[in-house]
Amino acid sequence: MDSVIQHIQGIPLNHYLIFCSVIFSIGVIGVLIRRNVIIIMMCVELMLNSVNLLLAAFSAYRGDASGQVFVFFVMALAAAEVAVGLAIVIMVYRNTKSVDIESLSKLRW
Amino acid sequence: MDNLFILLILPIISALVLAFMKSTTISKWAALGLSLTQFLLTIPFLCQFVPEGAIQFEQSFPWIKSLGIHFHIGIDGISLPLVLLTNGLIPLIVLSTFGRSLKGNFYALVAFMQAGLLLVFTALDAFTFYVGWEIALIPIYFICALWGDGDRIRVNLKFFVYTFLGSIFMLVAIIYLYHQTPNNDFEWTSFTGLALADPTQRWIFWAFFLAFAIKIPIFPFHTWQPDTYTHAPAAGTMLLAGIMLKMGVYGLIRWLIPIAPLGVAAYGQLALILCVIGIVYASIIAFKQRDAKRLIAYSSIAHVGLISAGVFAWNQEGLQGAMMQMVNHGISVIGLFFVIDIIERKTQTRSLRDLGGLANNMPKLAVFFLIIIMGAVGLPLTNGFVGEFLLLKGIFDYGVWFAVFGGLTLILGAVYMLRLYQRTMLGELAEQQAGVVDIKGHELVLLTIISILIVYLGIFPNGLLQLSEASVLQILQEVKF
Amino acid sequence: MIELVWLVPLSALVGFIINGLGRNLLPKPVIGIIGSGAILVSFVISCALFGEVNAARQAGETGVFTYHLFDWISVGSLNFSLSFLVDPLSAIMLLIVTGIGFLIHLYSISYMAHDAGFGKFFAYLNLFVFFMLLLVLGSNYLVMFIGWEGVGLCSYLLIGFWYKNSSYASAAKKAFVMNRIGDLGFLIAVFFIIATFGSLEFSTVLGQAAQMSSGDSTLLVITLLLFIAATGKSAQIPLFTWLPDAMAGPTPVSALIHAATMVTAGIYMIARSNIMFTLSPVTMQIIAVIGVCTALLAALIAITQNDIKKVLAYSTVSQLGYMFLGLGVGAFTGAFFHVLTHAFFKALLFLGAGSVIHAMSNEQDMRRMGGLKKSLPITYATMLIGTIAIAGIPPLSGFFSKDEILAYAFVHNPIFWGVGFLAALCTAFYMFRLLYLTFFGKFRGTEEQRHHLHESPWQMTVPLVILALLAVVGGFLNVPEALHGSHWLANFLTPVFADSQAVAQPFHLDHTTEYILMGISSLAALIMAFVAYSKYVKRADIPQEDGQQQSPLYNLSYRKFYIDEIYDALIVRPLYALSKFFYKVVDREAIDGLVNGLGNFFIVSGRGIRQLQSGHVGFYIFMMVIGVIAIMLYGLLNL
Repeated sequence: MDSVIQHIQGIPLNHYLIFCSVIFSIGVIGVLIRRNVIIIMMCVELMLNSVNLLLAAFSAYRGDASGQVFVFFVMALAAAEVAVGLAIVIMVYRNTKSVDIESLSKLRW
Repeated sequence: MDNLFILLILPIISALVLAFMKSTTISKWAALGLSLTQFLLTIPFLCQFVPEGAIQFEQSFPWIKSLGIHFHIGIDGISLPLVLLTNGLIPLIVLSTFGRSLKGNFYALVAFMQAGLLLVFTALDAFTFYVGWEIALIPIYFICALWGDGDRIRVNLKFFVYTFLGSIFMLVAIIYLYHQTPNNDFEWTSFTGLALADPTQRWIFWAFFLAFAIKIPIFPFHTWQPDTYTHAPAAGTMLLAGIMLKMGVYGLIRWLIPIAPLGVAAYGQLALILCVIGIVYASIIAFKQRDAKRLIAYSSIAHVGLISAGVFAWNQEGLQGAMMQMVNHGISVIGLFFVIDIIERKTQTRSLRDLGGLANNMPKLAVFFLIIIMGAVGLPLTNGFVGEFLLLKGIFDYGVWFAVFGGLTLILGAVYMLRLYQRTMLGELAEQQAGVVDIKGHELVLLTIISILIVYLGIFPNGLLQLSEASVLQILQEVKF
Repeated sequence: MIELVWLVPLSALVGFIINGLGRNLLPKPVIGIIGSGAILVSFVISCALFGEVNAARQAGETGVFTYHLFDWISVGSLNFSLSFLVDPLSAIMLLIVTGIGFLIHLYSISYMAHDAGFGKFFAYLNLFVFFMLLLVLGSNYLVMFIGWEGVGLCSYLLIGFWYKNSSYASAAKKAFVMNRIGDLGFLIAVFFIIATFGSLEFSTVLGQAAQMSSGDSTLLVITLLLFIAATGKSAQIPLFTWLPDAMAGPTPVSALIHAATMVTAGIYMIARSNIMFTLSPVTMQIIAVIGVCTALLAALIAITQNDIKKVLAYSTVSQLGYMFLGLGVGAFTGAFFHVLTHAFFKALLFLGAGSVIHAMSNEQDMRRMGGLKKSLPITYATMLIGTIAIAGIPPLSGFFSKDEILAYAFVHNPIFWGVGFLAALCTAFYMFRLLYLTFFGKFRGTEEQRHHLHESPWQMTVPLVILALLAVVGGFLNVPEALHGSHWLANFLTPVFADSQAVAQPFHLDHTTEYILMGISSLAALIMAFVAYSKYVKRADIPQEDGQQQSPLYNLSYRKFYIDEIYDALIVRPLYALSKFFYKVVDREAIDGLVNGLGNFFIVSGRGIRQLQSGHVGFYIFMMVIGVIAIMLYGLLNL
């Protein structure tokens, strides 16, 4: 265990921060500009995982296990979200024969 | 038999019973019977009432303990005339609907409304008061929106939202006051004993004033009223004009002025000026109305303007005049709307252009109508005179010119009321109305009762005046500005 | 006896209730008997009351009795009771109201015999007498006000008695509304009286008022307001136009209400409150000016009218003007004396006119009459007496009362005398014109009318004869000292006017001047009678039909100085226009527009904001990101 922590600490924290920000931003930009629902969901996963990574990094640096506990929560949540999300996507596809986000324009009053 | 709670719960039970009646005949007789029972239950209160300032028949149950809310009710000389008015007029209003075929649900709404009205007039806890205030609004909305005519949905939406808007301001003020009370409760006594700072009282004044002024209605918050009255069914108009608007005036006396005397000191004159403007303004508008119902609606604005002006004058004559006139106005306005209803049912029109000469075929109706109109214009020996005299005397003591302008109602009232009478009753009968027959049955009974009340209260007003005297004196002593 | 005073109005009220409820059930004779009988009972009791008061006066007492019936309105320290006051003034007034009232009831039995509304008519008449008696008997201003408004109601009902005719109904409404203008003055005056004296009882108020100084500003306000009230009820400028229109009612009504009793209520009220008026010289001056102007204006209008009742109506307005002139110059006894004599001869003239109209099958236009002397001998004789009396030719009653007023006016200000004298000239002229047009010359009606001509039955002629007798002898009640009279009425009324007489300057006019004044006015009246004779009998100069070219002066008089038109243009039309403006513009557009505008603001802004809810998921995500960034920025900036 110690060796894992040492490995993690072997890289400066700033690198983690920058790396996670970049991945997160890629996720955000992907969500904003891509129109395929599945890709959008993948981008959401990207964002979640970037946060997970950061949580793990901080947990290791500060010697606090609760960060890693959160990671597990997030993973469970992400799994549930994907399950529900994909189900919705399938339903949408059945109805519209498309997974384009523009085809989902009925979500209004 | 002097349990006030029974008096409040009976209308709700009546409403539940009546709601499921399908037969029109059974339901109207049941409604009449139940409302008469309710009226009879009021009589013990009248007999056992001691005409002194204290609150009597008091009852208080904890309601929502954590918030200090109590179901607190009681009667004093200011509430009793209005409780009597409510319970006395509802049977008459029910009787007035005998010419139409209505199912039990209509009468259930009326009974439900009665409960709300009684709660308003007896509540000694601001929360209870507010609940009653809103409860009374819901049934009348349905009565007017379901059984009305013309553009009734739009008109009633406006009525509901407008009055509700006013209530919201009041609710804010009530919650604010709740936080100011030492023990965090809604009791009337704790609210009135607050003695808040001057600036606070000023906004509290406006918050309450808006709620009451819209309900009464005081110029310029009156524009919902003519439309609503015109398009409501006759019984709904009677409920609105005869009883419901008294909630507003009662609120002024019971809540607004005792809670915010400094606010009244600052803005009372402005309010009185608004009332007096309303008297003249509404009277002048009533001159040229073609729809008989709308004419009376405007005349009602003028009359309640006078009542509210008497309240803001805040002296014994003004207040007792207001108490007296609230009862009188209830009686005469029910008579007026009932006469219009009869005319409309027999001739299928309310337009003064198409009417005329009905006295030829309906001499009895002409006589009753004349008595009611004389009551409305305040001829001596009718009840209207006593009320108007005291009100104007009260306003006179406040300021001479207010009384002079308010007194114009004497002249202007005569103009539009006699125009109404002339256009409906006098002249030659129109050809298409040649078959109209005179009133009989329940119409005769109802109009006789109303006429007797008008004359009796005009000759012997002292009984009614004594009911409120002690309480009025006490409230005047406690609240000065 | 005084304990029975409540029976006086009650009897009339009972008559009203029985006749009112039984108007369609009882046979006509029964209704007539009940209606007249009720008033007869009142009259008998009134006579007894008068006897009592007179006995007290003979014994040197004031003859003032009060009777408390019950408390009417009591609020706090104010207690207004329904109580009655019998004193010399009200005792005489009672006799006028019930006595003449009874005669007119009797007359109506026959006059209204063929009318479908017979029962209703008697019920209304009884109700009127009831309210009039309250007005007269009230011991405070509030009871007087009950009567004051009540007679207004009855006047409304009776003017609009034939309600099918919509112009009659309008005339009734006009009368009521104009009276109400005055009533507002009365009511405000009542408030001032309460504020000043703390009571409304005549004894308290007048007693305290007598202690005040002359020219007191409160008294000025009170008296001006009371005078406004009087102008409404007693048809003075500017509120007199209702009275001529009130002739739409049946003729007995015109006689009872619009000549003999109700319209004199204003004079009665001022005479009753005389001390307050005496202490307000400004008001007195105004009253005198208005009175004399009304007297002249109405007399000028009467000269050209062709409707027999309209002539008498304007004559009434004019005579009321005299009475106000009398009040204004301090001749309270004189004014009240004129009320008394005027009641006799004007009731007589109206009933005579009614008899003529009855005989002429409801024709009222004098241009269609003429030569009725032979067919209606009793009517002619009695109307001749009435005409001589009103023209002021001695020794009939009108001479004495009018001369007393004019003598006071002369002392006060000779201009008043001059104008009053002019009005008297006109009076003599138009009254003899009426007489000549109606009874002299050739018959100008249709054949059918000629066929119907007949003298009226005894129920109608007996009242005429009695009133004629009274019109002859009435003047001797108050023969002035200059003619070696006893001034009985003045002495009898002393307790009522004592305070005023103590304050006012004593009336002084040497006998020579008084003789000259009397001589001038009597001679002038005779001359005018002769002028009228030569114009209408000798030259048979019958007024032309409407639509003919006339001189502008004639038109001015014939069109009643266009006063109705002026009121219509200045008050009625602007008010109606204002009503429309208020309703359509202010109420619907401005105020309701504001209210609806508030509602619309939320609806419109809702409609705008709703656009954000586009339904595009991409847009929602974009907004979400913006939101997150905004929150982060907010956190950063706060730190």
